[in-house]
Amino acid sequence: MTATSQPIRARRASFFADMTAISMRALRGALRDPEAIIPPIFIGAFFFAINVGSLQTVAESAAPGFDYKAFQLPTALVLTVTGLTRALALVLDIQNGYFDKLTLSPARRSALLLGHMFADFVLAMFLTLAVTIVAIVAGVRFETGLLGILGLMVVAGLWSVAYAGVPYALALKTGNPTVVNQSFLIFFPFAFLTSALVPEDALTGWLATVAKFNPVTYLLRGMRSIVSEGWVLVPMLQALAAISFIGLFAHFAAFAALRGRTHR
Amino acid sequence: MEYAIQASGLGRSFGDKVAVVDVDLNIPAGETFGFLGPNGAGKTTCVRMLTTLLRPTAGHATVAGADVQTQASEVRLRIGVALQATAVDPKQTGREFLDLQARLYGLNRAERARRITELAEMVDLGDALNDRIQTYSGGMARRIDLAGALVHQPEIVFLDEPTTGLDPASRLRVWEEIRRLNTEEGTTVFLTTQYLEEADELAERIGIIDDGTIVARGTPTELKRSLGHDVIIAQVEGDATQACNALDGVAGVEHLEVLGGEVLIHTPDGPATVGEVAVRLHESNVSLRNLTLRQPTLDDVFLEITGSRFSSEEPDQPTEGEGFGASADPEEVSP
Repeated sequence: MTATSQPIRARRASFFADMTAISMRALRGALRDPEAIIPPIFIGAFFFAINVGSLQTVAESAAPGFDYKAFQLPTALVLTVTGLTRALALVLDIQNGYFDKLTLSPARRSALLLGHMFADFVLAMFLTLAVTIVAIVAGVRFETGLLGILGLMVVAGLWSVAYAGVPYALALKTGNPTVVNQSFLIFFPFAFLTSALVPEDALTGWLATVAKFNPVTYLLRGMRSIVSEGWVLVPMLQALAAISFIGLFAHFAAFAALRGRTHR
Repeated sequence: MEYAIQASGLGRSFGDKVAVVDVDLNIPAGETFGFLGPNGAGKTTCVRMLTTLLRPTAGHATVAGADVQTQASEVRLRIGVALQATAVDPKQTGREFLDLQARLYGLNRAERARRITELAEMVDLGDALNDRIQTYSGGMARRIDLAGALVHQPEIVFLDEPTTGLDPASRLRVWEEIRRLNTEEGTTVFLTTQYLEEADELAERIGIIDDGTIVARGTPTELKRSLGHDVIIAQVEGDATQACNALDGVAGVEHLEVLGGEVLIHTPDGPATVGEVAVRLHESNVSLRNLTLRQPTLDDVFLEITGSRFSSEEPDQPTEGEGFGASADPEEVSP
């Protein structure tokens, strides 16, 4: 247990270097953690198959020329990537003291969180591609071609990161894995009080009103336009606005929780 | 004199609970300072304040010349910390763990490669460096954790109960490395421990903390000499109070203490008293198994100062092989 050493001068790494280092570690952890990857893909593919199987005939007979499979893909993708985070891993870091180890380093506090989120973004894009391939095999065609698939991956990734602020906020605030696991429940009203199953113009009564104020409605509208309509500016901007709206609140909560945990 | 760590009136409360009160420290650069106290005494709270993990609610402190509250980033660059619980990511390999630590301290590719090679030799993990930490024994995980704290060659190292939960062999290896760090690299070591023997072996100076307050400080020898007496230990069979009665009135005996089957005889001059003690016990038909004369220990110092024996037990149960996460006792005071 001996070592010889020439002096080394520790210095602050760049923000980008901090974030990259944390991201790489988070991605390695995700890839070594099959339970973080396989269930979301299963959930997305499962809902795609069930919804298409049960409603395709009804929906397409009511509106000739309507492609219900293409309509359902964004719903499946939103269910796949929402809540897809390394927040649970962060809780484990908090519990076993490794988070303290990271905060003892000169790395910027924000990089500790954003590094995890960037890993989530990459992971969400990868899972979006996986479910999209399932949908393509099932017969879905993209009006926007390969570039559209990439666009859909980016939008889904951005949505995943925007919503990820919620589980990260809970993880940092509580350090409790049960609370983080249940954070997906918060999303349930957003996921189903919208045009998840039928087009917006088929919604009636109170559900139509709620859907109108639900950001997920606009997210789905933008994603569906990529799949079924081509590159249309307005729904795309609406989707980005919905992502920004949710992201703003969720990330404010997450960074407030980070500050609370690192400024004790 | 250049001080590595200075604190004045340092204190921390958690709501109504006062964890640490009015701690003053002046630790010269290059010293190994032992911070000794039983569980819950306030050692970890002090370490967390000095390492910027916890804000003091009273007083102030500087570490490596930087204020722990207003220059926290500067402090972090110049210290290495091995926390009480082994703080590693079990899903990373040892090499990945060290590489990430090195990246966060701004080391370039060549520096990272060199330091990992040096540290791998230091912690003696061999090929296990490429295995995931979750496969490590408690001792191995502790050593890679320590290596992670040293990756950037810090000026000051905080080691919070570094050997708690380790088997004797692993404990000796950690001791060896602490000595090497201090003597060969001139690193200042702030070592908290609940093991008297560890503080006695490693620390040049010791601070004893009890109930959130430093109650004594000095070199181990100074602290022991401050008691001004020797200790004779009589191991007896049967009722120890009979032995106490037999020793009543023996010249030079200051006071007696019964611990199980042992009678501790405190005297200012052990060599002059031990003979008379042996004669009295023999004459009183006390069945004596062993009679030992020894210098005072830090435990005696603790007893003298606080009125109670040090509650911690020395580690003697091997934990090697228990796997990752063999860790220390619970957090003293959680914020």
